[in-house]
Amino acid sequence: MVNVQVYVTLKEGVLDPQGSTIENALQTMGYHEVASVQTGKYIELEIEEGNDLEARIEEMCEKLLSNPVIEDYTYTIGKGVS
Amino acid sequence: MKFAVIVFPGSNCDDDMYYAIQEGLGEPVDKVWYTEESVADYDGIFLPGGFSYGDYLRSGAIARFAPVMASVVEQAEKGKPVLGVCNGFQVLLEAGLLPGAMQRNRSLKFICRPARLVVANHETGFTSKYEGEERITIPVAHGEGNYYCDDETLRDLQTNSQIVFTYEDNFNGSKEAIAGIVNKQGNVMGMMPHPERATDQILGSDDGLKIFQSILKQWRKSHVLTT
Repeated sequence: MVNVQVYVTLKEGVLDPQGSTIENALQTMGYHEVASVQTGKYIELEIEEGNDLEARIEEMCEKLLSNPVIEDYTYTIGKGVS
Repeated sequence: MKFAVIVFPGSNCDDDMYYAIQEGLGEPVDKVWYTEESVADYDGIFLPGGFSYGDYLRSGAIARFAPVMASVVEQAEKGKPVLGVCNGFQVLLEAGLLPGAMQRNRSLKFICRPARLVVANHETGFTSKYEGEERITIPVAHGEGNYYCDDETLRDLQTNSQIVFTYEDNFNGSKEAIAGIVNKQGNVMGMMPHPERATDQILGSDDGLKIFQSILKQWRKSHVLTT
């Protein structure tokens, strides 16, 4: 088994109301060094190893895990659990 | 005209939709469970509001892969009228039957109240009973109704008169105050406001009834022409 970490983030130019709210809260708390906050999703998968692993992951990301209209995704593959 | 109201796990406006068609419009209607393989026997297909699959991942993202959806897409491509309300609209967006995507409301709050709408296009099969630029009141109830699309898609929507309803007061932050759109072919409509909750004066408004009546009018017109 391989451990795959998928990060889904909003595309550039798409407003992130949660990010702005968190940014305002951090500013109010006195963390004036915070210039920008972006929210996103983290999804962890455990996948059986196969030849077309990356292609299959990308398909999963494009079909379900992200919405290509508003979101981008990145992923990393690590040998996690056995 | 025979209607199907699709019921996903987590749908919660299916009864209202069923009632609106049966009592408000007076046409036969069935609830169709999401595991059904075909909706080919129906003349109109409605996707109701609610929280299908708990809104997990993204609203509508999982429902679009429900078994019944392949047949919904097929019937939509055949030109049958398909209406998605609220979560139903989100499902149609995720399924790619309509362009764009929904985001959290600008205020991050769930908004539940009557909304003033402008009928931006009264020449569709869903709105022919309205007057042009008619102002109507239909309730909204959503946390993710902030419509987004890129500028190119917006230009397409405008060029093809696909924007059907806009909010008088853009309380959720939607692009161009969009509340409802139709596909290029004109047979698939999605809208965030709930017309099924505005089909009788006793509910505070019957402004939504004309959507159901318009669909029936359109169907009768094409039915007479083809038989």
